[in-house]
Amino acid sequence: MIRLPMVLVFAALLFSAGVYGVLARRNAVMVLMAIELMLNAVNVNLVAFASYLQDMTGQIFSLFVISVAAAEVGIGLAIVILLFRNRASINVDEVSLLKW
Amino acid sequence: MTAQEYAFITVAVIGSISAVAVVTARNVVHAALYLVVTLSTVGITFLLLGAEFVGWVQILIYVGAIVILFLFGLMLTKAPIGRDTLDNQQRWLGAVVGLAIFVGLVSLVNRAFPFSDTGATPALPGTTGVVGDELFRHYVLPFEAVSFLLLAALIGAIVLARKEEGD
Repeated sequence: MIRLPMVLVFAALLFSAGVYGVLARRNAVMVLMAIELMLNAVNVNLVAFASYLQDMTGQIFSLFVISVAAAEVGIGLAIVILLFRNRASINVDEVSLLKW
Repeated sequence: MTAQEYAFITVAVIGSISAVAVVTARNVVHAALYLVVTLSTVGITFLLLGAEFVGWVQILIYVGAIVILFLFGLMLTKAPIGRDTLDNQQRWLGAVVGLAIFVGLVSLVNRAFPFSDTGATPALPGTTGVVGDELFRHYVLPFEAVSFLLLAALIGAIVLARKEEGD
């Protein structure tokens, strides 16, 4: 019996912390962590609305989000390790080889 | 205010503080440990909302697997420590944007679901049985697609991260 707006405010805070992290961090692993924060905010919203609407779809969808996030982290960290091996740096602002 | 709401507020305050600490910590390993706290509080929030299966999956997959992957990534890349090397020069702009998004979302939530509204719906019991029933009754094709995506991501990660012959 938790009121919906309280949960939504918690999710909003997680999401805006994630946005700040993506914008302010240089380290690619830290950017990935901030993306995880944003995905978690979305999951909190999905589960809160599943409870609010008495519909299981939100919980099912949050399971899909969790598995896609796991795949994303796996690929993302592989790319980061490859980047470190080739450039000896994982600062996202130094990876500008493809920038025109 | 019910007991669940007091528990949720406690958990949410801890989770919010550590979420801010994740994006402001000067030490990357500390940030990963704060991430563990935040993800656990999100899992407890799921449990409080009645989503039992999703809550335990959150704790198993996120705290158990994804954070370990992050720690491996940090160890393998020898990340430097310190604010100037971890953050870029647009830190203040990022803070302004993050704060603006937070204020905007909170005012949006307040307009759609007023904070003064006291009506609370009972938690939806999301036990393993209920979730599995729903998943395999209505979402079999997306489930198979996600399993294929995970396989592709696994193979892709191995291909990307392995050392070439003769390196």
